[in-house]
Amino acid sequence: MTPITGKPVDWIPPALLLAIALGGLALIGNPSTWVTLTVAGLAMGLLIFIMSSGLTLVFGLMDVMNFAHGLFIAVGAYVAVSVMKFFPAAAGSESLIVNLGALLPALLAAAAVAGLLGFFFERIIIKPVYGQHLKQILITTGGMIVAEQLIHVLWGPDLLPLPRPSALRGAFLIGDMAIEKFRLVAVVIGLGVFATMIVLLNRTKIGLLIRAGVENKEMVEAMGYRIRRLFVAVFVAGSALAGLGGALWGMYQESVTVAIGAQMMVLIFIVIIIGGLGSVGGCFTGALLVGLVANYVGYLSPKIALGSNILLMVLVLLWRPQGLYPMSKQ
Amino acid sequence: MPENLLSLSGVHTHIGRYHILQGVDLAVPRGELTMLLGRNGAGKTTALRTIIGLWRASAGSIRFEADEIASWQTPAIADLGIAYVPESMGIFAGLTVQENLLLAARRGPPDEARLEWIFRFFPPMKKFWFLPAGLLSGGQKQMLSISRAIVEPRKLVLIDEPTKGLAPAIINNLIEALTELKKTDTTILMVEQNFHAARSLGDSVAVMEAGRIVHGGRMADLAADEALQNRLLGLSLEAHQ
Repeated sequence: MTPITGKPVDWIPPALLLAIALGGLALIGNPSTWVTLTVAGLAMGLLIFIMSSGLTLVFGLMDVMNFAHGLFIAVGAYVAVSVMKFFPAAAGSESLIVNLGALLPALLAAAAVAGLLGFFFERIIIKPVYGQHLKQILITTGGMIVAEQLIHVLWGPDLLPLPRPSALRGAFLIGDMAIEKFRLVAVVIGLGVFATMIVLLNRTKIGLLIRAGVENKEMVEAMGYRIRRLFVAVFVAGSALAGLGGALWGMYQESVTVAIGAQMMVLIFIVIIIGGLGSVGGCFTGALLVGLVANYVGYLSPKIALGSNILLMVLVLLWRPQGLYPMSKQ
Repeated sequence: MPENLLSLSGVHTHIGRYHILQGVDLAVPRGELTMLLGRNGAGKTTALRTIIGLWRASAGSIRFEADEIASWQTPAIADLGIAYVPESMGIFAGLTVQENLLLAARRGPPDEARLEWIFRFFPPMKKFWFLPAGLLSGGQKQMLSISRAIVEPRKLVLIDEPTKGLAPAIINNLIEALTELKKTDTTILMVEQNFHAARSLGDSVAVMEAGRIVHGGRMADLAADEALQNRLLGLSLEAHQ
């Protein structure tokens, strides 16, 4: 008997992404400007994906509403500021290889510190309020406020510069097109994170457990797996990714304030709702949609840039109320 | 009489403010299929969920072999070799049939011979090996749910209403498979509303009413005593003949 295969891929959301990109070209008119904006949109989208992918799994796996996710973004950005100060020579070199001597420690430290903080945050703040959504919202929002004040104490209230390494400043000029080097780095790292997550989720037993846990955590426990341990691991990984994303976002903006995380939370919530709670593929597509729409609308009509993403979310939810790639929950 | 693999003594379970199990005493003999019968709302599903630890017993003892498991966490109970097939089937719809079975095999990749044994009873599992489980029909999902529970040898399998909503041909298929499973000395505790299936499969029987066991004995004796059936199961029996 030949096994019937056919894991159907829903191509409509990627087609929507393509349609928006082509629609952007039609509205913008100038192909060079369109390429510049598209690369910027993809870079922005992939950075948002890095920051939000952990949160969507946390939502999906344990129904935990963590409004303090922005804290890990902010901590990642501030840690990157501190670490970069230790490597002024490496950061100032014109060689990309030498720059990596500053960039890699900064990104790794950002992820590590945010991940470690995530571990204690889950154990102390989240664990006592499992299954209690209202308390989760209140305690994580409160935790975020307290943590922001602690950041004030540690790093001060002022805006801190986070300059990009020298070789990553400026842009590649191809004809009339200007493609910022750092945006390309963001695209490469974002795609790398996405590919790693897809392989992890689809080709490993841990990934299978996460996907199964998002659907029906009770059944996963009845099979003998300790879902709480899995959840702690996902929470730590999600926090680490948020820290990595925060460091990259800080470099993207070349400055860091304590509000960096809270500011991103609006876009992150839009992305994970558009994508479908618990869906990494949906989060990826949603993040790219948000990034492209924000850049196109920001160019065409800057006053409605943020509103455009909320409108995008409303339209997607009217079309697919559970998001682009809804997870079946039991 | 075989020794008891599982025994419940004075088990109470509260769900919120509802007092569902009100002192359940139940013995499940090793190597037998025990049928747990009763009207809707009698507490049969709650009994199974309490045994596997998904609901916590508020009082009483649940003994599995030498262990007192009433206060254990669900994964630790499952680790003892207890598998659970819920009424909802609990399949992972986004995972393929293969992935569902991979997860259920705790000791490593599923044994090929064991898989072939399962495929003999449930050919659709082989046919739809790479298909997401959410695309299977209701009967095939039930087959997958049971296949998952028996993909490795288990000491005890808890099955909650496996024939519910299935076509007669598929029910006969399930009866055949469970009959074969019984030959492997697997102990089974099964909740069932379909008396035809219960009579075909059951060795011993316990009947629940209002959160208590009101009758226990051999299935053959209950099957032969129509008056007792009517008294214990009443309309639910007629409705599910």
